Amino acid sequence: MISLADGFTLAFVSAGALLFLAGTLGLLRFPDTLSRLHALSKADNLGLGLIVVGLLPQAETIAGGVKLICIWLLAQLSAATASQLIAGIAARRKPDA
Amino acid sequence: MSLVFDVALAAGLIALALHVVTTRDGKGAIIAFIGFGLLLGLGWARLASVDVALTEAAIGGGLTGMLLLRAQAHIAGRGVRPAQAARPQWRLAAVGCGIVTLGLGFVVLAFPSPAPSLAREVASSLDATGLGNPVTAALLAFRAIDTLLEKIVIILALIGVWSLASDPNWGGSSHLRPASVPEPLVFLARMLPPFGVVIAVYQVWVGADLPGGTFQAGTILAAMWLLVMLAGLRPAPETRAAGLRLLLAAGPALFILIGFLGFLFAGGFLSYPEAIAKPLIVAIEVALTLSVAATLGLLVAGPPDKAPTP
Repeated sequence: MISLADGFTLAFVSAGALLFLAGTLGLLRFPDTLSRLHALSKADNLGLGLIVVGLLPQAETIAGGVKLICIWLLAQLSAATASQLIAGIAARRKPDA
Repeated sequence: MSLVFDVALAAGLIALALHVVTTRDGKGAIIAFIGFGLLLGLGWARLASVDVALTEAAIGGGLTGMLLLRAQAHIAGRGVRPAQAARPQWRLAAVGCGIVTLGLGFVVLAFPSPAPSLAREVASSLDATGLGNPVTAALLAFRAIDTLLEKIVIILALIGVWSLASDPNWGGSSHLRPASVPEPLVFLARMLPPFGVVIAVYQVWVGADLPGGTFQAGTILAAMWLLVMLAGLRPAPETRAAGLRLLLAAGPALFILIGFLGFLFAGGFLSYPEAIAKPLIVAIEVALTLSVAATLGLLVAGPPDKAPTP
């Protein structure tokens, strides 16, 4: 019998891993830059978010949990910026995309 | 389960390494190399060497990747096609790498079990340094001479990069800002540096007792500085500025000074009086971090290509 916290972690981390899998699939299979970016940023933001939420009950200290959330927020910031930059270049190269 | 992960990690590393070597696309190879550095960092973390993992991710993945990308852009911008290595040369390199790999594999497999180790001596002498992280103790106390030379080598590398500048540009600044800076980059360059500085300070401070230290913190600071310069928020400094040169030399200079004072107060070069070992080590680390950050930032910025203002 697994505890409630462990079950919560298992469910959320699995959901996050599934999103990463779907995101990777999209990155490999989608036809154009913008939709590939869409797949990638979904995995980065929501997938990592779910994994962080899932890991929160496992954090031994409150500071540890706050650090996990900070990692997610920083990853969000960098992923969003990188997506914007790549999308900007793609849009300039092919204005109708 | 963790065995499956480790095998997948090792397989990924080998596949990525082969891709970096065999691909014909220069930029693709560099990006794969950055990925390789991050994956290798994960590998070190799996081996419980968190200090090495952090350094590998920061330097092997991030900083080296950026250096290579800038070099590649520079070559592409000049329209120079890198000369294709002739077939025999390529084979020679492959055979050489193969022999080194086989030799290393043989040496690792021939290790006596348990492997010879100084870990116990380090652990038993750790109290004398006042530090809690054995890696930092080895880097700054037991093997301080290696660390000192390492820091001097990167300054020599920087002098090598500067010497590529043309005569009128000597002492000038590098032109980092692109012709048009995209808005999101400016946003990131405004948002991220405060966090980066906090993380770097944390890395230096925590390095005494937990994984972290000068090189990791210095790389983060350098990355923040480069971000600000790339977004055009601040120009790159003139390399002849006295303050900048002082900053570059301060870390190693303080290290050498404390090293020589060791002759007077502690019985040898680079040895510390036991009572104040920890404050001395932390002071050296802080100074080294600033010097490393400045050196790495300027290394990526490249040779000065703007003449100094008179």
